Amino acid sequence: MDPFLLEAVLNGVLLGGVFALPVLGLNLVFGVVDVIWLCYAELVMVGMYIVWFLHTQAGWPLALAFATCLPAIAVLGLLLHLLVVRPLLAAPPINQVLATGGVLFVLQGAATLVFSTDFRSLGVEMPPIELGEVFVSGTKLAAFVAALLGAAVLWAFLKFTYVGTAIRAIARDREVMPLMGVDPHRIYLIASAAGGALAGLAACLLVVQLDVHPFVGLSFGPITFMICVMGGLGNMLGGFLAAFLMGLIVSVGGFYGDTDMSYVVAFLFFILVMFIRPQGLFTR
Amino acid sequence: MSGVGTLELSGIHAGYGDFQALFGVDLRVEPGEAVGVVGPNGAGKTTLLRVISGLIRASAGTLRFGGADLAAVPAHELPVLGIAHVPENRRLFPQLTVEENLKVGAYIKSARARFQERRDHVFELFPRLKQRRHQLAGTMSGGEQQMCAIGRALMSGPRILLLDEPSAGLAPLVVQQVFDLVRRIRQEGLTVLIVEQNVAQVLRVVDRAYVLETGRVAAEGASAALAADPAIRRSYLGGALSAWIPSCWRPC
Ligand SMILES: Nc1ncnc2c1ncn2[C@@H]1O[C@H](COP(=O)(O)OP(=O)(O)OP(=O)(O)O)[C@@H](O)[C@H]1O
Ligand SMILES: [Mg+2]
Repeated sequence: MDPFLLEAVLNGVLLGGVFALPVLGLNLVFGVVDVIWLCYAELVMVGMYIVWFLHTQAGWPLALAFATCLPAIAVLGLLLHLLVVRPLLAAPPINQVLATGGVLFVLQGAATLVFSTDFRSLGVEMPPIELGEVFVSGTKLAAFVAALLGAAVLWAFLKFTYVGTAIRAIARDREVMPLMGVDPHRIYLIASAAGGALAGLAACLLVVQLDVHPFVGLSFGPITFMICVMGGLGNMLGGFLAAFLMGLIVSVGGFYGDTDMSYVVAFLFFILVMFIRPQGLFTR
Repeated sequence: MSGVGTLELSGIHAGYGDFQALFGVDLRVEPGEAVGVVGPNGAGKTTLLRVISGLIRASAGTLRFGGADLAAVPAHELPVLGIAHVPENRRLFPQLTVEENLKVGAYIKSARARFQERRDHVFELFPRLKQRRHQLAGTMSGGEQQMCAIGRALMSGPRILLLDEPSAGLAPLVVQQVFDLVRRIRQEGLTVLIVEQNVAQVLRVVDRAYVLETGRVAAEGASAALAADPAIRRSYLGGALSAWIPSCWRPC
């Protein structure tokens, strides 16, 4: 196989791993709370600024900046739920979408106000790693491994803990949950914090690969939503697999054409999926 | 003061929005008793259980369990007090395995520590569930699902079990198994309040029963007395029996 094509395939897998985190976070929140956080990519953007600020401006070690970003965005997720989503739980879905969409603009505006529209770079790069004939960016590989670890922790939480099992149950039938002693509002809070934490982790992995600016969310937000819908909204495993599929399409598409072209291909593929399997690729 | 685990409803009014379904229901279940609630479709039987387990609030009247007023207790804290409710149509989590369904049933703090012990007890009550512990609940037969729903409710270690039409939609043989099970649960000292359409069967299991009609208690009494009451026989028992007899053989 052409080593450059192999490299593109490998990069696609690595990219898929990074797409997977926000996809899992969005699906988790949607599955449990039944609300779409339209501002999800902007939570990631805030996290990227936190890491950038703490590391380059406040001079904190990178690990400490990462360790702060995660809980900070988890708290942001909690606040988003308490202040915006919870008051609208009984409202029509369109109101909820518009409200979280409003938060998207608020966060973009606030970031512009505080940090201006400049592109900010973390300036961290790990040396490339040679795997046989191909080179892989060390940063991307590290981000990929961290993303898989994050996904594994989420999986174990959902699979083995009481709260995680209740989270999977509530996605199917919220009305009977109180009969098992489960307070749905507490579960909503936990899912929102976990969704935020996943955005925080995604921020750590993205800020080492992308410059941060107030509109950086636009570069991965739309594709994240597309992947969620393609995998079946609320379907964690489907979203996870679709993330890798999309990563491959973007990366291999970029190998045959250019990167902008590859996004066009990806969006066309998405539209095609919506015609053929509107319920999602991996929905049984 | 009423006994440790007495369930006491007096003058309960409840409904959905503007629609009123219960009109001043009085009901009492003593600890260790098995009590039935029977009545036609739409009488308010499910609504009554939903009021007891806090899923809907009474608009008037008092609801007490073990002497404590439940008016201000949120629904999710009632399992902690010892109330478990097997809802109408079972409402299992179909995408979760049998064992995971039991795990959700053991969600409350006091139950988590005793998960294994209670799960093994449930498996002993329903050996079928043990065989199918890793099967998705939604893929089991109706009877197995009902067993799983009852098992899930037992996992919280309740003092009173509310059962909403456990025999609905099951084949006669399986219905028999469900009622045998209710008998066994009783013998273990659990208090049972059971709603049923299957009047003939339920009167053989419970000590007392209430007849609910359009949201009001139309009759109440010991099972034997109700089973012998001509009016009850005509409205409920006759109907239940005649369903199995070709119409040409039926009297009148
Ligand atoms: N969610 C609801 N919203 C509005 N009305 C309801 C609702 N649930 C029940 N009702 C109405 O309340 C009345 C009592 O219903 P309920 O379900 O308690 O009856 P039931 O005795 O359990 O009947 P069945 O034997 O068919 O289960 C019915 O007239 C029903 O239409
Ligand atoms: Mg009913």
